[in-house]
Order: sequence, then C-alpha cells, then structure tokens
Amino acid sequence: MVKSFQAVVVGVSTGGVHALQKLLGGLPAAFPLPILIVQHIGADADGGLAKLLDERCALRVKEADEQDPILPGTAYLAPPNYHLLVEREGFLSLSADPYVSFARPSVDVLFESAAAVFGPGLIGVVLTGANFDGSQGLKTIKKKGGVAIVQDPADAEAPQMPRAAIAATGVDYVVALDGIATLLQKLAARRNTIPHDEKGRDD
Amino acid sequence: MRSDDVEDVEIRLLLEGVQRIYGYDFRDYADASIKRRLNHWLAESGFDTFSQAQSQLLRERSVFESLLRGITVNVTEMFRDPTFFRAVREQVVPFLKTYPFVKIWHAGCATGEEAYSMAILLNEEGMAGRYRMYATDINEAVLQKAGEGVMPIAEMQRFTRNYQKSGGRASFADYYTARYDRAMLSPALKQHIVFAPHNLATDGEFGEMNLVLCRNVMIYFKPALKERCLRLFDSSLLPGGFLCLGLKESLERRKMGERYEELAAPLRIYRKRYG
Ligand SMILES: C[S@@+](CC[C@H](N)C(=O)[O-])C[C@H]1O[C@@H](n2cnc3c(N)ncnc32)[C@H](O)[C@@H]1O
Repeated sequence: MVKSFQAVVVGVSTGGVHALQKLLGGLPAAFPLPILIVQHIGADADGGLAKLLDERCALRVKEADEQDPILPGTAYLAPPNYHLLVEREGFLSLSADPYVSFARPSVDVLFESAAAVFGPGLIGVVLTGANFDGSQGLKTIKKKGGVAIVQDPADAEAPQMPRAAIAATGVDYVVALDGIATLLQKLAARRNTIPHDEKGRDD
Repeated sequence: MRSDDVEDVEIRLLLEGVQRIYGYDFRDYADASIKRRLNHWLAESGFDTFSQAQSQLLRERSVFESLLRGITVNVTEMFRDPTFFRAVREQVVPFLKTYPFVKIWHAGCATGEEAYSMAILLNEEGMAGRYRMYATDINEAVLQKAGEGVMPIAEMQRFTRNYQKSGGRASFADYYTARYDRAMLSPALKQHIVFAPHNLATDGEFGEMNLVLCRNVMIYFKPALKERCLRLFDSSLLPGGFLCLGLKESLERRKMGERYEELAAPLRIYRKRYG
C-alpha cells in the first residue's frame, strides 16, 4: 500500500536561525506540504524570527496561532513558551504544559502528536542543537511508519541533537544541511511505501 | 487495526465513563494534549492499558481524583506575561476606576497567582477595597492551595522580575514573608478574593462582571467547548467590560468577536461594546 506524505516536522535548537534560513530558503513557495517547526527559543522572544524568515523565504512562514488550519506551502513556528501540537481535525493546538525534555516548545511534543495524526504520512527532520530533544519524537515517527531525516552531525553547528536522534532510532537519511531542501522536494513528489503492519488501514 | 486506534477508543470510553459516574466532562478537550496527559497518568498509575484502569477508575473516587490531577495542568506564575499586566495597569484600570466598585472573574485560576497579581496591581492603583474577585477552577486541590497563598521561595526571583517588568510601583518583597523555603503572601491580598469550584464545561455564568480573565485554559478545549466558554463570559460581562485571554488566544475566528473591540492589540485584551 502506498500513500503520499502529508506533512514535515522540524526540530532545531542552537544554530537554528541560520539552519532554518537555509532549509526554508531552499524550498519553493509552492512546496506541497505544510511544515511544522519547533525552534528552541527564550520565553520572552517576540515573534521576530517568523517575520524574518517570512521576509527571506519564498514559503509563507508564520508563528503558529491556536487553531490555525494546517496548509501546504506554509511553515508554522511554535510560539515561545508554548508547546505546538497537531489535532486530528487538521489544525494546530498549543499547550502551556510543563517543560518536556527541558524545553517549551519541545520538539518531542510536536513530533509525537504529529506522528499520532499523520502516521506514515510524516517526515521528521532533526537539525543542529546542543541537547537531545527530538530523539524520542523521531523514534515515535519511525515507529508509526514515517521517514526520519537528520542533519549530519559533522555538518551541524551543535552536533548533540542530531547525534542523539541517530542513536535513538533507525534514521533514513543523514545529510548535510545544504541537501535537505532538495531531499524534501524529492520526497514530497514521491509516495511513502507503508510498512507491513500498516496494511488494511483505510484512510 | 493499529494500536493507536485501540487506544483512541479506550480513551473515548474512559472519558465517557468519567462523565457518567463523576459528572466531569472532558470529552470536548483537544485530543493531542489530553492524550499526552492521559498517557502520562497511565504510565504512573501502574495500569498497563486504559481498559485495565477503567474498572477501578469508575469505582474508586481516589483513582478518579488522581486522574483529575493528571488531566488538569496547573502551571501558572505571578504576573505571567508582564507586558499583559502592564497593559491592564495602563489601559484597563483607568476605565475600572470610573466605577465605585468592580467585580472580576478569574476562570481557571489554578493556584491563584493570577488573582493575587491582580490584587497587588489594583491596590497599587488605588482601588483597594473597591473590588471583589471570584477565582474559580475545576480542580479543588489547586483551589485549596490557592487559598493558602504559599509559594516556593525559589520562585520569588522570577516573580519579582515579572512584577517589575509589569510596572509594579513598590518592592515585590513587601507582599510576602519568607519562611524557610516558602514565601507566604500577605493575608491582606486575600481579603477580597473568593476561591470557588466552577467547571467551564458544565456550570453557568457569574453575573455582572466588569472584567473576566480566562488565560491559558481554553487552549485545551475543542472549538465547540471554546464557544461555550465565550458565550458564558459574554453573558457574565457588563457592556463596557473587559475580557482577557491568553497571549496566543484570540476572538478573531469567533462569532462573538464582532461585539468586542481589541484594546491592546497583541495582548488579547477585549472590550465589550455597548448595545
Ligand atoms: C494552565 S492553567 C492557567 C492558569 C492561569 N489562568 C494562568 O494563565 O497562569 C489552566 C487551569 O485551567 C483549569 N481548568 C481546566 N479545565 C477546566 C474547566 N473545565 N473548568 C475550569 N477550569 C478548568 C485547570 O485546572 C488549570 O488550573
């Protein structure tokens, strides 16, 4: 059974501003999937990052508001001090729950909730970062049949987060930052072959 | 069938059971967060599956109470979002001052920090003795704590910073006494606050409010339950009254939004129009 991808989730920390500019800047305005992003950020940040990325990238970039519909060609950044989650009805939600993996927003929270909704239709990307948030989430994405991409630790400004992700689960692609936008476009144009245990699920 | 689908069914049954037996209705809470919390509770409960927990949950109130504590997250702080409190001080209080007496409702007050912050602010702005606050929550355990007004001393540094950023006119240390690792809020702050249980999913309105705050509560609700809450606040508010939501919540996509004007643009302070 074969099915197309429905969404991309991205987790990034130290070095994230540069990495996101590179990654999102490499995608066309008509990129067919929505992109949900957790960048670790101080509680007092003011939405400036989304604005900056929106100005510099062809894609539309916005800070996520609760109940935003999840649209293709749009990148949503988790707001400072809130976890970003995906609801089954196809919109985003936020939570003020305690820190998870020492972070809020937490990459794990986004990845796990997205995996529960998109299953094999999800592509998870872990980029540079000096902690281990995202590794549990990436493991969940793999468990549900999704695809895992990790930035090559040798290429990352802070290698810990990519390394932790690679240690946590079987990763499909380890690539330099430069190659990730191209890879995402290839995957988006293609279909995911759903693993054996997903057979018979009709959605 | 995937194991998640089984779990989704179990969760639905569990919430249905909880509603029927205990009257607490969590069926309209947004799935993603409540699933996380329930799984967290399950992991700590010693049960392997929700089906396994169900039997005891429906028969033993203490098991239900632990679930209730697990489902409702009560994270809060004094002067949370200082820029919001500054805007209340500078833009809302001048209107409140035109009334001889005002009534304020904190819906989903958790351990009370938001209500205590407001009491400090109003006292500093010369409104001492001219307000009554109703601070409500679904979780009676947190209301009990709220009434005590005791916080970990370790938090005081952060709260002091918030207070200063919010435009506080005094020294935050004037408002509490330190004892060992605890900080006890000055009892005078409690004088005009009533802490009471109230469930936004099932209970009714509070009449004739000048100001309603419901911050970081409705983000956990599905759209239909949000609408219910907003109707409740709307019928509780006097014309010209104020509605304050969390920084990431807005009336933009809401039916009743047109009856409100946004006062401080990104800070989600709304004023109910007259007529
Ligand atoms: C994250 S706290 C928000 C505290 C405070 N308003 C603030 O912004 O800091 C959310 C609170 O909403 C309460 N709550 C959840 N469901 C509720 C309901 N149905 N009715 C009333 N309160 C509810 C929880 O018990 C919790 O204390």
